Amino acid sequence: MEYTLTFDEYNRALKKNRLLGLTCTKCSAVITPPVMICPACGAGDLEVKELSGRGVIQTFTVNFVAPLGRESEAPYTVVMVELDEGPWIMGNLVDVDPAVVNMDIIGKRVRMGETIGARVFPGDAYSAGDACRPLFQFEK
Amino acid sequence: MRNVIVLGVAQTKFTGPQQKTGVELFAEASSEAIAASRITPADIQALFLGNALGDFCEGQGMIQAFIAQNIGCPGIPANKYDGACASASMAVRDAFMWVASGQYDFVLAGGVERAATMGTPLATRTFAMFSDSRYEFPSGVTFPGVFAMLAHLYAKRYDVPLKLLKEQMATVSVQSYRHGMHNPKAQMQKEVTVEDVLSSFTVATPLQLHDCCPFSDGAAAIVLASEKAAEKLTDKPVYVIGAGQASAGPLAGQKDTLPRIYSRELSSKRAYEMAGIGPEDVDVCELHDCFSIASLIASESLGFFDYGTSGDAWMKGEADIGGKIAINPSGGLKSKGHPIGATGAAQVYEIVRQLREEVESERQVPGAKIGMTDTLGGDGGTLVNMIFKRGW
Repeated sequence: MEYTLTFDEYNRALKKNRLLGLTCTKCSAVITPPVMICPACGAGDLEVKELSGRGVIQTFTVNFVAPLGRESEAPYTVVMVELDEGPWIMGNLVDVDPAVVNMDIIGKRVRMGETIGARVFPGDAYSAGDACRPLFQFEK
Repeated sequence: MRNVIVLGVAQTKFTGPQQKTGVELFAEASSEAIAASRITPADIQALFLGNALGDFCEGQGMIQAFIAQNIGCPGIPANKYDGACASASMAVRDAFMWVASGQYDFVLAGGVERAATMGTPLATRTFAMFSDSRYEFPSGVTFPGVFAMLAHLYAKRYDVPLKLLKEQMATVSVQSYRHGMHNPKAQMQKEVTVEDVLSSFTVATPLQLHDCCPFSDGAAAIVLASEKAAEKLTDKPVYVIGAGQASAGPLAGQKDTLPRIYSRELSSKRAYEMAGIGPEDVDVCELHDCFSIASLIASESLGFFDYGTSGDAWMKGEADIGGKIAINPSGGLKSKGHPIGATGAAQVYEIVRQLREEVESERQVPGAKIGMTDTLGGDGGTLVNMIFKRGW
């Protein structure tokens, strides 16, 4: 059985600001990041689906202690967003000073930014190449 | 299945960065555990070892094979387990299953890690490897970051004002430090106050330094034996009566249950069912307090307190010695230290000594008959629970 949506395909799309996921043809669950088998019903027949990149912040942290090689990024805001299609996804909240981020942002609507650069983690000695992550900003 | 008991147990002092190699640290712990079991290395039939980061901290993969030869057990099967912070608990659980199955009578299980030796930047990087490397690490999430997000989620989900939650979390740390003061094997030997916690620097909002366990170096080892083979070796048998394990995928994929850790609920249910007991029967628990919020979350998933109420329970002393359930009398990961590959075995070490009433009087849980361990790997990816019972 072939893997429907690989990391490489997902990653290349995200670099173009397109968030990909999967739809289960059996139970209609929407899934991202990609998996082999639908976690909701166990079916293996999945189809690629482009997601809106819009959703609601569920939780966050402002990280002050970065991993090796990423020190210059700190402080930065990590968020988990519930997408309008259902899945939660981890990304960064940008356009907001980490110093002023507090629990008031939970429940706020966000969308993936269309013109924000530097969304690619270039990788390090321990990474299999680069990897992109969603950057979110508040919906205006 | 045969009855399995814990014979000898040992733990090195947990420390910050030090010079002993991983092999040397585990050799110290295992030789003490074997001697305490009144057997010799030649009696050990298999080694089950937890070690998650030996390759990063000293360039040593497959350390279990080198250890087996080094401690006088050449030729035995030697397995290594990586379940992040739950590695040693996986090792102990599998050792238990192999003895219970009848295959072996004496198995050495334990773990070793030199997490502190790596220093904070590399240790932070490697610990973050226990999150999803391709889909979540690019956001810069770290191990404290995971629990920081769970803390905010906890406050929101259970409607606990963040200021109150932070005081409750600080109370968790204060209790752990207080117990650690009386544990000669603990890394931290100091008392802190709620004010100390709340004025320490911020690691990842809302977690501050004293909400977080330290990186640690250390080893712990235990000898598991069949009841029959060990009947003349101890008059204080501690039975393994339950063991459960579970797994989970990326943090965001756990959305339906967060801030609860569902893999823990599966794991503990399996352990309780095997033991034929419930949370109300547990007298003492060493649970996975890698961060202060982790204690609150764990104690609820294990069934000790209702969801959203554990912070209040800690503030009332219900999680302390003499309370409803004595949690982390060792000082926990917070004070005792967290050499991740060794942590689960050190929890077993504490529980066995508690049941035998061998710990320092200041932190002995009086009359404890049933004890439990709870070890979490990564952001819930691996969960192991074990239950032990005094056998005399």
